[in-house]
Amino acid sequence: MNLRKWAFVSAFALIAAGGAQAQISDNVVKIGVLNDQSGAYSDLSGKGSVVAAQMAIDDFGGKVKGAPVQLISADHQNKPDVGSAIANRWIDEDKVDAIVDVPTSSVALAIQEITRTKNRVHLNSGAGSSALTGEKCSPTMVHWSYDTYAQAHGTGIALTKQGGDSWFFITADYAFGNALRDDTMAAVKEAGGKVLGAVSAPFPNTDFSSFLLQAQGSGAKVIGLANAGSDTINAIKQAHEFGLDKSGQKLTGLLTFITDVHSIGLETAQGLVLTDSWYWDTNDETRAWAKRWSEKMGGGRMPTSVHAGVYSAVMHYLKAIDKSGTDEAKKVVDTMRTIPVNDMYTKNGKIRADGRMVHDMMLVQVKKPSESKYPWDYYNVLRTIPGDEAYRPLDKGNCPLVAGK
Amino acid sequence: MGIPLPVLFGQLLLGLINGAFYAVLSLGLALIFGLLNIINFAHGAQYMMGAFVAWLMLTMLGIGYWPALVIAPLVVGLFGIAVERTMLRRLAKLDPLYGLLLTFGLALVIEGLFRNFYGVSGQPYAVPSALQGGVNLGFMFLPIYRGFVVVASLAICLGSWLLIEKTKLGALLRAATENPSLVRAFGVNVPLMITATYGFGAALAGLAGVLAAPVYSVNPLMGSDIIIVVFAVVVIGGMGSILGSVLTGFGLGLVEGLTKVFYPQASSTIIFVIMAIVLLVKPAGLFGKAS
Repeated sequence: MNLRKWAFVSAFALIAAGGAQAQISDNVVKIGVLNDQSGAYSDLSGKGSVVAAQMAIDDFGGKVKGAPVQLISADHQNKPDVGSAIANRWIDEDKVDAIVDVPTSSVALAIQEITRTKNRVHLNSGAGSSALTGEKCSPTMVHWSYDTYAQAHGTGIALTKQGGDSWFFITADYAFGNALRDDTMAAVKEAGGKVLGAVSAPFPNTDFSSFLLQAQGSGAKVIGLANAGSDTINAIKQAHEFGLDKSGQKLTGLLTFITDVHSIGLETAQGLVLTDSWYWDTNDETRAWAKRWSEKMGGGRMPTSVHAGVYSAVMHYLKAIDKSGTDEAKKVVDTMRTIPVNDMYTKNGKIRADGRMVHDMMLVQVKKPSESKYPWDYYNVLRTIPGDEAYRPLDKGNCPLVAGK
Repeated sequence: MGIPLPVLFGQLLLGLINGAFYAVLSLGLALIFGLLNIINFAHGAQYMMGAFVAWLMLTMLGIGYWPALVIAPLVVGLFGIAVERTMLRRLAKLDPLYGLLLTFGLALVIEGLFRNFYGVSGQPYAVPSALQGGVNLGFMFLPIYRGFVVVASLAICLGSWLLIEKTKLGALLRAATENPSLVRAFGVNVPLMITATYGFGAALAGLAGVLAAPVYSVNPLMGSDIIIVVFAVVVIGGMGSILGSVLTGFGLGLVEGLTKVFYPQASSTIIFVIMAIVLLVKPAGLFGKAS
């Protein structure tokens, strides 16, 4: 083949290939998982979310509209400045199209502004702040797994209606803890219950015995723990030690993940009531996915609802690119809204104008050691909370995108 | 103040229990500083190792709490000895700042390794069956295990104090701190004593870790959560003063307990406020000797 003919053929091939991928920027869809990979939230999100995102890409076939899908990840160390620097570099230099997971509300809110300004997709599974779909909502963001409002309402209303009509709160004394407590207080009152007292513990805190004693003294039927991570674990461990469960008081972790229950152990955690968005042992589909995830993680662990949410969000994102034929952020998220979410994570989930993915939540109770038949067999599902009941009504969040409609 | 007396008693007792942890931890720290002049920043990591060794023994070998109470401190103590022999010894003639930096770095490495292998969520460790349950004291429900912690801590503190103040070995140790070359001239193996002291201090941290395992979350960061408070206790008590650190440990536990009743938000800062005041008024600490 002479040189001129060779050049002609390759130029033609390039044009043909380019034509097929015209709408996919840089001919690659790049997804970045940005989360905590070493700190407090690294077990409930962390590497497990990276594995979940890769599973979604592999299950989708590794390509969308002929363009390869690439995955990168980084540790934001729960610091908004670190997270912002990574996100800016990812978007400006590495041409990342979507930033996924982002636990820790302060970091998520920073990423929200960056992705809004630079028109990139933000699929949040790990963060809790309901402001992400409230005043800070963005047309390029979807909040996937849970938020403080749903956690508070799921547990607050359900327990109050079951007769737990007087509450005492132990709050982690920072923005997240206070928001969780206030949301739950509102839910309890809405359901006809009353709040007997609340105490603010410093954050982080190791010894909760003093606060538990105050809770015990209040005579409240339910003690709500408005904290997370090792604060929750310490509080539950010590509540068991001080016999709160035996004296008839019910303990509830308002934001407790299955990894927390695992680390407390069933002997101590039994009877604890909590709200979660997904449980690995719900049906054959969830079990099969969890088993695959566990194998990729080296075994011995089961995924949290945040991990499953990352898988579901990435899968849905790729479906929307496939349907719309573009990876332009606003168009993709608009297309995501038109497709119902049906996968192992949820059935008939829908994405609202404010970015909230509305799906059913579940109220669960931690099993007794005698009821648990195999590793990670931890929950009895008490009730499925319909998505519309769990999540904040669309018009109550003050999201400008909704007000404009 | 509107606080019923029984509640106050309960909180004071809880303060005393927390003070017990502070006392055992600060005792080891004060011992190491007093005799070796090393500010042992790895103390928190050694405390965490104590708890983890107990957990590992339970899950991998099926060895329960009581043997762990003896074995885990020994393991941590041996680790301390290895650290002293291989690393700290080389810094003995340098400014104490180098020891501080080395132990701080060590703490970060140890915590990082545990975090890598075991994650951050923590591991379950139950209260030993013989100490489960509690007694109703009238003004509060006292878990038996907490009572045991106070008694055990008092015994440990008293034992260590007697060892150092009342025995020949203790006398030699104290002499070696004052004037190592003179003591060596009497035929005493001073480097061995220093190694043993560091090992003993580390073992005390490990022991506190085992005591803490059933009540606190056993996770790689548990040491760094508590070590700063313990340092404040040692500074308030007077660096290197053994009796001072024990008394201050219990005393500050009480103060913290009271703060939790009257203004809980400040309970994590009250110790540092006291530290600032003590440093202003009596820079050598409450029980320290001005040099």
